[in-house]
Amino acid sequence: MNKKKSIFQLLTEKPWETDQIEADNDHEGRTVNITKQKLGLRTIMAASTVLFSLFIVAYSDRMLVNDWRNMPEPWLLWFNTGILILSSIVFHQTTKYAEKEIFDKTKNCLYLIGFLAYSFLIGQLIVWYQLINTGYYATSNVANAFFYLFTTIHGLHIIGGIYFWGKTTSKFIKRSLKKEDINNLIDICAVYWHFLLAVWLVLFGLMLSS
Amino acid sequence: MSDENDHKLEAKSDYVADAPSVSTPDIDAVPEAELPDQELYHSHSWWTTYVFSQDAKYIGIQYALTAIGTGLLGLVLSWLMRIQLAFPGLGWLEPSSYYQFVTMHGMIMVVYLLTALFLGGFGNLLIPLMCGARDMAFPYVNMLSYWAFVVAVLVLLASFFVPGGPTGAGWTLYPPQAITAGTPGYNGGIILMLISLILFVAGFTMGGLNYIITVLQLRARGMTLMRMPLTIWGIFTATVLAMFAFPALLVGCLMMTLDSLLGTSFFMPAMVSLGETLTHEGGSPILFQHLFWFFGHPEVYIVALPAFGIVSDLLSVHSRKTIFGYRMMVWAIVGIGALSFFVWAHHMYVSGMNPWFGFFFATTTLIIAVPTAIKVYNWILTLWRGNIQLSLPMLFSLGFIVTFLNGGLTGLFLGNVTVDVPLSDTYFVVAHFHMVMGIAPILVIFGAIYHWYPLITGRMMDETLGKIHFWITFLGSYAIYFPMHYQGFVGVPRRYFEIYDSPYIDTSTLLLNKFITIAVLIVGAAQLLFLYNLFASARLGKKSEKNPWKANSLEWQTPQMPPEHGNWGKELPKVYRWPYDFSVPGAKEDYIPQNQPPSEIIGAKVEKT
Ligand code: HEM
Ligand SMILES: [Cu+2]
Repeated sequence: MNKKKSIFQLLTEKPWETDQIEADNDHEGRTVNITKQKLGLRTIMAASTVLFSLFIVAYSDRMLVNDWRNMPEPWLLWFNTGILILSSIVFHQTTKYAEKEIFDKTKNCLYLIGFLAYSFLIGQLIVWYQLINTGYYATSNVANAFFYLFTTIHGLHIIGGIYFWGKTTSKFIKRSLKKEDINNLIDICAVYWHFLLAVWLVLFGLMLSS
Repeated sequence: MSDENDHKLEAKSDYVADAPSVSTPDIDAVPEAELPDQELYHSHSWWTTYVFSQDAKYIGIQYALTAIGTGLLGLVLSWLMRIQLAFPGLGWLEPSSYYQFVTMHGMIMVVYLLTALFLGGFGNLLIPLMCGARDMAFPYVNMLSYWAFVVAVLVLLASFFVPGGPTGAGWTLYPPQAITAGTPGYNGGIILMLISLILFVAGFTMGGLNYIITVLQLRARGMTLMRMPLTIWGIFTATVLAMFAFPALLVGCLMMTLDSLLGTSFFMPAMVSLGETLTHEGGSPILFQHLFWFFGHPEVYIVALPAFGIVSDLLSVHSRKTIFGYRMMVWAIVGIGALSFFVWAHHMYVSGMNPWFGFFFATTTLIIAVPTAIKVYNWILTLWRGNIQLSLPMLFSLGFIVTFLNGGLTGLFLGNVTVDVPLSDTYFVVAHFHMVMGIAPILVIFGAIYHWYPLITGRMMDETLGKIHFWITFLGSYAIYFPMHYQGFVGVPRRYFEIYDSPYIDTSTLLLNKFITIAVLIVGAAQLLFLYNLFASARLGKKSEKNPWKANSLEWQTPQMPPEHGNWGKELPKVYRWPYDFSVPGAKEDYIPQNQPPSEIIGAKVEKT
């Protein structure tokens, strides 16, 4: 019933005109045709994008000062990046299985995703441990400090993701929700996973290139 | 996000909106609802009803009371500072306490009072009711938001009790001084301040998520965006601004916390403090200023936009007239919101910047005055030939227009680099921002409280006390802030704890300082009157009829007043018009509520705008 309108069209409606009144009386009451959880996720992703962009701006600005000393990128970081990419692919596959209602495969995929997410976090901690042991303290150079800061903030986002992954998985296994509802939740988690992968690729790329 | 399903019962079947009954005439016909009714959380214990409530109305009141309580502390701090300024010889305050009080006063007022009250308080109370929803989109997250705010306030208050006391860095918290020896609270208070702000941002993000999704997705049927009351437009746009601006504050706070606790050098340059070379090197204090003001300028509109929205509705209701230029008002709100992200460096003219940069920011700053001026014109044209009721909300709204105009004009002065450089860091700036973001929004808050009080308590606040409160507050504010403009012109610097009788300071300054302080104390006493009125009227106030102001918007059309849990009884309201149909020719009453079906008002000729 709601025709898709651009924000410009919405803002130029004349709510007092007869035609418009008739159309408006039929309005179902929501602006976009997606679930509130999906729109909520998009809002959160927008806010997170601003957060990470500001970090990147701060990084680029601070980099120009001549006390900047680059930091080595341990090979383990590449491995961790691989894990993150893999988990995103698996999640993509999970949404397909969930759509087709293949219960067992979906369940196994969900477990695998959890395992990969935890491995990623542990991998990041090992990187920290290696760097600290080789003397790259947060205080010794600001490039190191940025590295620890970025990985922490990104890691916290992953932990938030794991929380919602846990809720979704347990609901999926208990089969306590209708099919659309549970698929909606799985989709949302998948989108968030892709988002965090993208954020990580940008941050990692930034640190590699400088 | 997904977790609220755990805490919910399925909607009772009788809560699902019925199709229109057969007897209603055709013109009222609305197709059957396509969306299922919202599931509601029903509390079962005392704790979930009165403490960890998930009902947005209740959370709104909790937010408002917590914010007002914190704001009272900010008010008391301002009295203490003013006494020091008026009687410099007394030795009333130590210099360090003065700085601490300035800082806490500023931060409390801007963030913990105004932001929390407008968005957390009025947002929670009004969004579901005015949009015609049963509750917020994610009530559980909404409850968490309030409690994060409470923890943030407690951490802030705790900083009064740590060794060294609260931070005295000024509400702008500029490094390096904020975390360097010599500034009060440089290693204890500042950390608590930063943590408290981080908590506030986290809590706000949870609340903001709710406000945005509820406004976008949970409106009543027939409530298009362009039929929403301007109050909702203001709160909604301010929330969007906050979601984009608060991350900048978060980034600044996180990096400064690390500089202070771990000794990193994000913002800290190499420096010598108390004869010792610090370990920091290369950090950029200007970077912090950019981050802070990228948050700080939108922040002033986070406070101003809800005030704009609310005052538009108050003016329309209490002058029984359609708001003038509704669409222009909406565009102005959205336009101001967008522009507010491109002006931040006008707070940094004296920090030094490329002249072209200054030119750019001066231009954008002056451009933002255009939509702002449009709003002022439209308010005045709304009043033009209106049937003006000099009720309390109207008095406060009128006070707002004058005060905001005054503050906006001085803002135009300050927006020009060459004018700002000598005036910056003087009392002229203090006068400007108190007019525009102190007094003006607070007048709206008072007006809004007098207006919506019956909706919350079912009783009216006392009119006579309210009038006394209004006149003392309104005239008193001018007695306080007008002289400050003059003091700024003669060069009295801002944030000095004592103004001596020196050749550089005009003697009139000392006299004016005494005068201002007396006015401050009188205005302060008047607020006690307001508090008495606020709490006593809940018991003793005259019982209010339903919809006492004869307003059109949905919050007054609930089956019970005050509205009950779930707001709308069995059936959700259906909306047939915008909320500004006042004094319509041919209509029986001088107002047509948004949910009154067309068949009941045949013959009324709705005015265009
Ligand atoms: C036409 C509109 C406005 C213009 C042109 C304007 C311009 C300015 C400028 C240039 C300054 C910097 C002065 C200095 O530090 O030397 C300033 C300060 C300030 N303004 Fe505005 N402003 C406007 C509206 C507002 C509004 C609506 C608010 C709040 C609701 C506000 C709140 C503040 C505050 C809090 C400060 C002080 C910041 C500090 O501590 O340095 N202004 N304004
Ligand atoms: Cu500004």
